[in-house]
Amino acid sequence: MKLSKTRSSSHRSSWTRRHLLGGLMALPALFALSNTALAAEVNTTGLAVTDDTVKVGILHSITGTMAISETGSVQAEKLAIEQINASGGVLGRQIEYIQEDGASDWPTFAEKSRKLLVNDNVAAVFGCWTSASRKAVLPVFEQYNGMLYYPTFYEGLEESPNVIYTGQEATQQILASIDWLAEEKGAKTFYLLGSDYIWPRTSNKIARKHIDKLGLKVVGEEYYPLGHTQFNSVINKIKLKKPDVIFASVVGGSNVAFYKQMKAAGIDLTKESPLLLTISVTEDEILGIGGENVEGAYASMKYFQSLGNDNNQDFVKAFKKRWGDDIVIGDVTQAAYLGPWLWKAAVEKAGSFDIDKVREASPGIELTTAPEGYVRIHENHHLWSKARIGQAQKDGQYKVIYETEELMEPDPFPKGYQ
Amino acid sequence: MFADYTMTELTSIFAMQGFAGLSLFSIFVLMALGLAIIFGQMGVINMAHGEFMILGAYTTYLTAQLFENYMPGLYGGYFFVAMILAFFVTAALGALVEWLMIRHLYHRPLDTLLATWGLSLILQQTYRSVFGAREVGVSLPDWMMGSIAVTDLVEIPINGIFVMVLALVIAFGVYLLMFRSGWGRQVRAVVQNRPMSEAVGIDSGKVDRVTFALGCGIAGVAGSAFTMIGSTGPTSGQLYIVDTFLVVVFGGAQSLLGTIASAFTISQAQSTMEFFLSGSMAKVLTLLVVVGILMLRPQGLFALKVRR
Repeated sequence: MKLSKTRSSSHRSSWTRRHLLGGLMALPALFALSNTALAAEVNTTGLAVTDDTVKVGILHSITGTMAISETGSVQAEKLAIEQINASGGVLGRQIEYIQEDGASDWPTFAEKSRKLLVNDNVAAVFGCWTSASRKAVLPVFEQYNGMLYYPTFYEGLEESPNVIYTGQEATQQILASIDWLAEEKGAKTFYLLGSDYIWPRTSNKIARKHIDKLGLKVVGEEYYPLGHTQFNSVINKIKLKKPDVIFASVVGGSNVAFYKQMKAAGIDLTKESPLLLTISVTEDEILGIGGENVEGAYASMKYFQSLGNDNNQDFVKAFKKRWGDDIVIGDVTQAAYLGPWLWKAAVEKAGSFDIDKVREASPGIELTTAPEGYVRIHENHHLWSKARIGQAQKDGQYKVIYETEELMEPDPFPKGYQ
Repeated sequence: MFADYTMTELTSIFAMQGFAGLSLFSIFVLMALGLAIIFGQMGVINMAHGEFMILGAYTTYLTAQLFENYMPGLYGGYFFVAMILAFFVTAALGALVEWLMIRHLYHRPLDTLLATWGLSLILQQTYRSVFGAREVGVSLPDWMMGSIAVTDLVEIPINGIFVMVLALVIAFGVYLLMFRSGWGRQVRAVVQNRPMSEAVGIDSGKVDRVTFALGCGIAGVAGSAFTMIGSTGPTSGQLYIVDTFLVVVFGGAQSLLGTIASAFTISQAQSTMEFFLSGSMAKVLTLLVVVGILMLRPQGLFALKVRR
């Protein structure tokens, strides 16, 4: 009651202003006033929620170098929002999204997130892709108490009350895959290769610790600058060291160069000597690399487009219907799709759009309709989900060949791996 | 480091590594020749060089699609058609850009830098709008993929040989054009003394346009060839631009021979160091060496003596 008073006082001021503008304006304003009680109940902090609508933000790069990767996430988030609206919205309100472009520039991400939170008062933001952009917006979300749904698999070492991480953190992606390589493929020696920035380095640190723990051996570890296009020397080194497994976390345009040059140098991944396991190549990336160049490689992700469950069949069908038949769906795209659904579930559990209440309601939220299967939000704001291994096929799809029986617990600060 | 290996293994690895160095060399030559012509001969700093290369790559992509859908029988040879098309498409765009923009800026090198940088942003966004933000996959005819196995360990990539031959052909072609043709004589005359060459009846405006178009055309062919080894996306051109400028500046801006010598030095240094050190470290050291040499020899490896 106390809270609704602040609400009505703000309306009084607009009432006065409108009164000054002219008596005719009084009628619609009166209607608005009589209805606000409803919205005020589910929104006590001045978010952009009316009786019929709620505003959310979508914040990704649609220009610049990251646009390649982030386009799929935007499409997934829009699809989820449209589906939620078609099924009646959130607490009876239709979702309206405000889309901003982070332009692959981290300060721009911070500025746009401030705009979304301060000017637009959005109830949630679905966005960011790179860790750098997430780190840039984090202080803004914490200062203005916003809620960010972040879709990308990432290096972990973070747990913010203002972020729900819908992708895998590093241990979920890595531990199961190395166990699988050791048990199923009898791998003894590993060559770790990645692009030179925080995610591959942290991931490989975890991988190396786990490989040591299993009593296996790392025979090489190397990083190349982002955008590097010449991999012949490292391919020669790999040939010399003859590892059982190339553990690859090369990203972006470098990927295309790496796989094309591997193939040209006579390393046929389908022969599995060496075997290659990537944690960075989704179906999206294969479009650029070409299925024939990456055929036979294994990937450790939580989602592949080819998953056979009913949820996923429906999701793929809806996605293609909305965005075109040629489109492919990668791991991050699916994780981005979970964002709006998880938010809807939390809002409805809390019975409120208030950020604090949504946060409180979030742990334990489960989604049985997720394309990847069942997921649940952990206390640490990451998702319980299964880890899967797929093998790349010539047509650019992955064939799922292994999945963990249990959900993997997210562990962003893994003890003994740092 | 080498104690665990037999003599044959070592020989084969060094042979492969030598080949890797040579193929990096040909890539650098292909990247840099177009820029060297424009930068060296005209003094224009073309920041959109990478985007011209990517135009060539997209032309290749479209040609591949065309052949795949309408002339599948001739698919094996599409790449040659694509390279020729790439040359003419990028050269045409180059001529247009020169006419619209560059010719007004010849005496303001720093402004050409800004203008061409703006052009590169415009081109990137155009590619994004036309082809989509995602990278496109350019498929190659089967005979161009894979490798020739010389011994069990030594495998020579076919596309590496292809790029080498192409670099040779283009370098030789440029040599013939610049030093053995009447047009080349005109270009060199304009570079050395513009007012005097105009006085003897050379249309320097036309020479400029053709030179710029030629530089862009070569960039297009390079971009077309790079679809074999790299990515084709709206911003892929950015991956090449730094290395390209490095090669041209290090070689001495006005000397084509210098460009080739510098491509050789940098590629060998880089591939050797990449083999013995890790990737990022090799890059850092290569750049340090280049900076060091440029401090001692600001004019680059080879400098043309020009009366100013």
